[in-house]
Amino acid sequence: MLALSGVDAGYGSFQALFDCTLEVRTGEAVAVIGPNGAGKTTLMRVISGLIPARSGTMTMQDLDLVATPPHDIIRLGIAHVPENRRLFPRMTVEDNLRMGAYIPMARARFGERLEFVYDLFPRMRERRNQLAGTLSGGEQQMCAIGRALMSGPKLLLLDEPSAGLAPVVVERIFELIRVIRERDLTVLIVEQNVQQVLQVVDRAYVLEAGSIRMSGSARELSDNEEVRRLYMGL
Amino acid sequence: MGRLDTGRILATLAVIMFACLAYVPTIVREGDIVFALTDVYLYETMINGLLLGGVLALLSLGLNLIFGVIDVVWICYAEVVMLGMYAIFYCHTVFGLPLIPSMMIGIALTAVLGYAIHYLVIRHLVNAQPINQLLATGGLLFFFQSAATLAFGIEFRNLGVSLGSFALTQDIYVSWARLAAFATAAICVLGLYLFLTRSYTGTAIRAISQDREIMTLMGVQQGRMYLMTSAIGGGLAGLAACLLVLQYDVHPFVGLSFGPIAFMICVLGGLGNMVGGFIAAFIFSELIALGGYHFDIEWGYVFAFVFFIVMMFIRPEGLLGKRS
Repeated sequence: MLALSGVDAGYGSFQALFDCTLEVRTGEAVAVIGPNGAGKTTLMRVISGLIPARSGTMTMQDLDLVATPPHDIIRLGIAHVPENRRLFPRMTVEDNLRMGAYIPMARARFGERLEFVYDLFPRMRERRNQLAGTLSGGEQQMCAIGRALMSGPKLLLLDEPSAGLAPVVVERIFELIRVIRERDLTVLIVEQNVQQVLQVVDRAYVLEAGSIRMSGSARELSDNEEVRRLYMGL
Repeated sequence: MGRLDTGRILATLAVIMFACLAYVPTIVREGDIVFALTDVYLYETMINGLLLGGVLALLSLGLNLIFGVIDVVWICYAEVVMLGMYAIFYCHTVFGLPLIPSMMIGIALTAVLGYAIHYLVIRHLVNAQPINQLLATGGLLFFFQSAATLAFGIEFRNLGVSLGSFALTQDIYVSWARLAAFATAAICVLGLYLFLTRSYTGTAIRAISQDREIMTLMGVQQGRMYLMTSAIGGGLAGLAACLLVLQYDVHPFVGLSFGPIAFMICVLGGLGNMVGGFIAAFIFSELIALGGYHFDIEWGYVFAFVFFIVMMFIRPEGLLGKRS
């Protein structure tokens, strides 16, 4: 579904990604793990067009992502749940969800998808008229995921969904990722919570200092000595 | 907490307004002592203040919208209004078009001008230092004034249209022009509110002011949204021009007489906060009207400005502005 090949990217004179090659197949859940500052967020931002790729190719279902203007990426079926959630704090939950359905093809199905999101997150239905900035961290994450689902994506990019949440809430977020997977969505997830994320994904890539160092099935990586030592503290 | 805060501010304002109403409880007029609360002229003044408030609210609306969304202050906003007034004047008086089509042309032209200002100038400065943005729009102010002086001369012009006034009661007269201005302003404020809260585009305009970058992920083209906002802001300036041209003469420097007030209203209400601006417009207009009634019209402005300065000490973020 999503294929990156030899992608370089960075900010100004600083290069954050070197020659990244990665693939996500339809129906898969794939994780990108690695230390802070490895370029995980940059990778997500390159895919959704917030940062231009300096070289390399990126395709989504054989359509060229590099040549697609950033605001059209969502039309190709890629929805990005950004780092720190980035909700519109002074708008209600429902207005936030409405923004998720901004593209014309999503507007037509707004009512139906709103029901879908509210069924997935009953909490959001209760808080539909509350300002997003007043939600708890876990609720904000639900709202952010719901907002991304409103566009009816094929591929969901999740950037650190568990960051800054209490352990109990983190459990629930990973549980939700399982539920979302059952709805036939393909997921690419960036996480620091390596142990937990490897339980919900099929495969993973290890990103270090902007380069992909390792990749393999979730099973292989959780058994890998180096991964266990460096990222799981075992 | 935010709601309670707002309630307390509104209550305080109500008290201030009442104090204004009664700050000269008795008035000596031509030898007679009149108790203010039974004075019909006072009520007439307050009604006129209310009507003026509508025009001021409309005047600050476009400025507020543009600031709220694009985060750039159009110093030249009142000059866009001035050009709109000239457009209407020329269409009606010189080219002989009827008043309503002239006004529509005026609104269309200022909308195009708003679009052009963003496209030619602001677009290149969206991420620049605020001081550079101010200098650029300030430069536009002088450019528009000079261009208008060259093109139209410095004579005071007016439409020569008088809508007259009508008697509300035996003693209270209300000018049709002011009432029309107030009604139009009220309808526009309501229309803009509905647009911003009910439509996808309006919701996006509100959202973009809260998080510019993330709008791209929603499929929103930021540049196009800004151009649309600038055109709407320009169109609102044109609408304000329609209402002002009925009551005031046009000349190249007319913007200076209401530009500062429009800015103060926006700042007093909390820059970018349209509800705050709306309330601030009525506070200003009542202060001007009541001050003018009890003393001189110039004193009305003095009261309004003093109130503004005092409020800037008490609530520098504006009445309904967010604390930062």
